[in-house]
Amino acid sequence: MIQFFGDYLTNLSESREYLIIGFSPGSVPLKQRWRNNGLSADFLADYFATFFPSSENNQEDDERQNEVKSAIGYIANELIENAMKFNDPQTNKPIDIALHLRSDRIIFMITNSVAPEKVPGFQTYIQRILASDPADLYIEQLEKNAESEQVEASQLGYLTILNDYDAKLGWKFEKCDSDRGAIAVTSMVQLAV
Amino acid sequence: MEIKTEAYSVWYDPEQATINCQGSLRLSGMKEYQPIIDLLNSVTEQQPEAIILNLQELEFLNSSGINVLSKFVIRIRQQKNIAMTVLGGKDIPWQGKSLKNLKRLMPSLELNWR
Repeated sequence: MIQFFGDYLTNLSESREYLIIGFSPGSVPLKQRWRNNGLSADFLADYFATFFPSSENNQEDDERQNEVKSAIGYIANELIENAMKFNDPQTNKPIDIALHLRSDRIIFMITNSVAPEKVPGFQTYIQRILASDPADLYIEQLEKNAESEQVEASQLGYLTILNDYDAKLGWKFEKCDSDRGAIAVTSMVQLAV
Repeated sequence: MEIKTEAYSVWYDPEQATINCQGSLRLSGMKEYQPIIDLLNSVTEQQPEAIILNLQELEFLNSSGINVLSKFVIRIRQQKNIAMTVLGGKDIPWQGKSLKNLKRLMPSLELNWR
């Protein structure tokens, strides 16, 4: 069974420029790999920024290129960090992140596996995000995090992407091929450019 | 008080009552941010009249880092007697997107751009 939440595009066949990077989390411990998350996000940002050329004499173009690059870097980094944190270590499925360039937007898609017992909590959180005003939920989450000393997951990644970058979010859940019943989650972010 | 690595530095300059953050902060979760959280808390405990948080050279901050700075701002707000200024870099795009939220958490906070 496949389930969709939020704004999710199913047909990306018209994309003419895209890039996919794959990671196998089991190959290197997460702690060592963490630095690589930033490198991958920065690379994606640098690579796609070249499609928004800057010219020496045009400050507006420069600023736009800088803004797009920074937004891609931030969003890609958050998506990769999330996928690494929540990936089900029991499956050997690689995590992959794809960026598609369209004339009016950049589409990010990242797929990782999630342990079946974690799926309901994740979907409840997604439904809460989709049902709320992102600006209010963001502030509410920050106040809540501030109250407790020991919150390991800040749960701010998606909220900053929605609230600060005005992007659209969607998710697809489907069964992995593996027999354990693990679920593959694809998170999609659409950033207007 | 100073934390310095290849990727970032955070230090407190008591004479200027300024906490400086520089570089790229993308640590994994609150556990890895603990030394920075401790530094921020120790500044709050000194109860200065005013604190300046200088982010003008902070090129990158992940959402865990945004959480850390937001918690710090909420803590200062709760003290009620510490004035807070945040210095943002206007050439650093993420700051233009995200720093305004700190003002929503603490309306008396002054946000200056350079």
